[in-house]
Amino acid sequence: MRSKTIIGKIDIWLVIIYLALTTIGLLSIYAAAVNEAHPHIYDFSQNYGKQLLFIGVSLLVGFIILLIDAKFFNAFAYVFYGFSIVCLLLVLVVGSKISGSTSWIQLGPISFQPSEFAKFGTALALAHFLGKLDTDITKFKTQLTAYGIVFLPMLLVLAQGDAGSASVFIIFLLVLYREGMGGKILIIGLVAATLFILTLCVSKWYMMIGLVVLYAIFLLLIDRTKKNIWLLTGILIAACAFVFSVDFAFNHVLKQHQRTRINIILGKEHDIKGVGYNLNQSMIAIGSGGFSGKGYLNGTMTKYNFVPEQHTDFIFCTVGEESGFVGCFVLISLYLALILRIMHLAERQRSPFSRIYGYGIACIFFFHFAINIGMTIGLVPVIGIPLPFLSYGGSSLLMFSMMIFVFLKQDANRMNIL
Amino acid sequence: MIKNKINYSQRKYVIGSIFILVAFILLIKLFIIQIIDSSYKQSSENNTLRYITQYPSRGKIYDRNGKLLVYNDAVYDLMVVPNQVKNIDTLSFCKLLNINDSIFNIYMNKAKKYSRITPSIFISQITKEEYGRIAEMLYHYPGFYFQTRSIRQYPTPIAAHTLGSIGEVTKPEMERDPYYQLGDYIGKSGIEKYYEKELRGTKGLKITVVDVHNREKERFMNGAYDTLPEAGTDIILGLDADLQAYGEYLMSGKTGSIVAIEPTTGQILAMVTSPTYDPNELVGRKRGMRYSELLNDPDKPLINRAISGTYPPGSTFKMINGLVSLESGVITANTAYPCHGPESAPIKCTHHHSSPVRLYDAIENSCNPYFWQAFQDMMNSKRFENQKEAFQFWYNQVTSFGLGRAFKSDIPFTVSGNIPKKEFYDKIYRGVWNAMTVRSLSIGQGEILVTPLQLANVAAAIGNEGYYYEPHYIKSFSNNDTVAFEKHVIDIKQKHFKDVKKGMQSVFEGEHGTARMSYIPGITVGGKTGTAENPHGPDHSIFMAFAPVENPQIAIAVVVENAGFGSTWAAPIASLMIEKYIRDNVTRPNVEKRVLTINETAK
Repeated sequence: MRSKTIIGKIDIWLVIIYLALTTIGLLSIYAAAVNEAHPHIYDFSQNYGKQLLFIGVSLLVGFIILLIDAKFFNAFAYVFYGFSIVCLLLVLVVGSKISGSTSWIQLGPISFQPSEFAKFGTALALAHFLGKLDTDITKFKTQLTAYGIVFLPMLLVLAQGDAGSASVFIIFLLVLYREGMGGKILIIGLVAATLFILTLCVSKWYMMIGLVVLYAIFLLLIDRTKKNIWLLTGILIAACAFVFSVDFAFNHVLKQHQRTRINIILGKEHDIKGVGYNLNQSMIAIGSGGFSGKGYLNGTMTKYNFVPEQHTDFIFCTVGEESGFVGCFVLISLYLALILRIMHLAERQRSPFSRIYGYGIACIFFFHFAINIGMTIGLVPVIGIPLPFLSYGGSSLLMFSMMIFVFLKQDANRMNIL
Repeated sequence: MIKNKINYSQRKYVIGSIFILVAFILLIKLFIIQIIDSSYKQSSENNTLRYITQYPSRGKIYDRNGKLLVYNDAVYDLMVVPNQVKNIDTLSFCKLLNINDSIFNIYMNKAKKYSRITPSIFISQITKEEYGRIAEMLYHYPGFYFQTRSIRQYPTPIAAHTLGSIGEVTKPEMERDPYYQLGDYIGKSGIEKYYEKELRGTKGLKITVVDVHNREKERFMNGAYDTLPEAGTDIILGLDADLQAYGEYLMSGKTGSIVAIEPTTGQILAMVTSPTYDPNELVGRKRGMRYSELLNDPDKPLINRAISGTYPPGSTFKMINGLVSLESGVITANTAYPCHGPESAPIKCTHHHSSPVRLYDAIENSCNPYFWQAFQDMMNSKRFENQKEAFQFWYNQVTSFGLGRAFKSDIPFTVSGNIPKKEFYDKIYRGVWNAMTVRSLSIGQGEILVTPLQLANVAAAIGNEGYYYEPHYIKSFSNNDTVAFEKHVIDIKQKHFKDVKKGMQSVFEGEHGTARMSYIPGITVGGKTGTAENPHGPDHSIFMAFAPVENPQIAIAVVVENAGFGSTWAAPIASLMIEKYIRDNVTRPNVEKRVLTINETAK
């Protein structure tokens, strides 16, 4: 029977990377939050004790997932998705407010974040939809539905005021690209991102002048057929509209703290005691690690609580300070190995569902890892999203683990699909 | 499934490249900040960073004429970081600090309990002299260092209740506002509490690198992460320091209060409560002990009687009753009522005067029967549907003077006093009551209770002929920012106020005026005496006034507890205060002397 041999079929490399990352996470949380009165790592009154508990629960849930029929997640993909949408709606009504955004549901002693679950649900639903035999991604209607699957939960998360978690959903565009969506979308995305950053850096009126100048230059260079002129004019109008809407969104939709975070990254604001404080402390901690770090449990910056949120979003500081560039290199390599391994496994799937799902979670891990580390070293604005497997927190660890284990199960079962 | 699907698997290389590229960018940035840029590193493993809070100087407080009321003086806190304390000679250290080793252990354990790694106060508020001696030797004791603090000082020991005091933050205060850390100071009462946010300024942070010998070596990253403290905003009060001091002098040795208001602005000119205390006593290390002493003092000097003492207003309330009757249209200023002196019923008159009396004479002579009859006629007037409607009219008018409610301004803990509602009488008389039942109201007795602040405010409203500003302490901030307080307009015609003011002026100037002994030559004053019956002891002596009558610059209320008639005690004090404020010196030393000697004998 399958269930007897499942252990032999699962991808051992992925399991090893997963265990390595969760272990590094536990040790880092211990280093960041160690309380001299409770020095034992299994002390459940402390954050590290709780994280150990979360790891145990995640492994248990993972084991159960391995025992469930592989088709289950494909068949029930929409149920998971629907459930996550309901939770997201629910959180808007009964959610509790933690640090500025209403994103938690409280069930007795347990509180969990539906936005974490929604990422998992969306990956399943997208894989199920695109993986159906009769789905033709080149059709406009198909593309529209795919966008709908991605942007519905994104908007709901945005409505909670959690712009960081909402931004994660953008990465699903990479999955759509892999599945055949026009390559132009990436170029358009790149141009849009450039325009976006430029609009925030310079005034929108300068942007307009620049765009019109570009338009004039192109007009001189190209074949001035009627069709080309119309096309170029259309692009100009679209670009101007985009610049204006970005400017509007930045000034009217984003909240002040989000504006400040972006301005700090852009170098337009220096605010060492306020929002910039986290970032400065974080960079000092990581920078002071040097080549080989100060040694485990010897980080002065992190141990003395100079870095806020240190066991959650800023856990990378502990790694950077205590194990230096060597440690960071190892950790980043581990993440890259995790993501590329998932991609590699995804490519060898016979079922499109498994492949697309694999790409979905690879992209989610990539986005979290890149943005989280990027924010601790000042490359991207401070967005409160966790570092997978390292950040303290039950909801995120459990979700990331489930993503991995569902994929492991799909992969172990790949030979059974004709 | 292949149908018209092209194989897009080549795109995995694009995606893979993006992933690798991003990871590479992260590594480059890490390489820069961890290896190339040495500014993020600390010079040695043994060095530690010391985060020293830079306390801003707290805003100073001035009186209306720019006279300094509160300033700061430097003291020093000895700080400790328990984890940095290594191999110290405890015995010599205790000797240096003049403490014994059991106290050392108590302090040390307290600090450890708070945190081993962040600094906490070991001994607070060490004087400049001691600081010099200890600082010299401190390099022997790693983990200890000094932090400068300021404490409040008061050049003249006045207005303790108004100014309030500061003290160490409590746990709930720290939880409410994360700005505060253990050992910080926070305004606990009065101006210090209400304007805490403006006065406190913003703390700064100095980060220094400290070597193993407890020496501060350098600024961390040349001070790039230091923040400068921002000094608090100075506050200018409406208070007149000379007037306040004079009021406290006049009230010394007796129980009661004086409130003086500038009618055109609502600013408090003086707020005296007696007995009081020296604000310098609640400063620094002695605060805790002295505070509990004051708390247990049977004379209750911590109570601010001016805002929380409630008294029946007695005859001072007749002004409002007169105004309400006039506004109701039931009487005019020329309406006359008979008075049968001591034989009058149901309320007798305690003064000797001719009969019948009009409004002016009634105020001058404080004639009870006049006000009872005017009140009764209003209650029974056909202008209202019934007596309860009439009573509601009376209630609305009375409360529009700021009575029966607490003031919403920077004066904390003002109490509301009491103006009875018709529901109250419905309840106690089971719905059956009339003017006769509530007749005490007509002469300011019964259930009516007012605070001296409310009474002074009534004087201001009458002096202004129909409006007042919510009474408040502040005049402006030193940066010329002002605070707006609500203006209340009373719905009574100005001519009625003029009539009442005329009567109040004859209280001083009339042949029978109840305050004629307190007449100030050259200054027109409108006032009214009151003698409040007190079920617990002798009557309270009450007076309210404003001056000059035509264009009031000061409105005042004086209450002297258990002192008898308003005319003999409160009125002369009020007149002295008025003269002091308007003329800046007192031309009637005999009145002043009498007020002060009366106190001696009363004691």
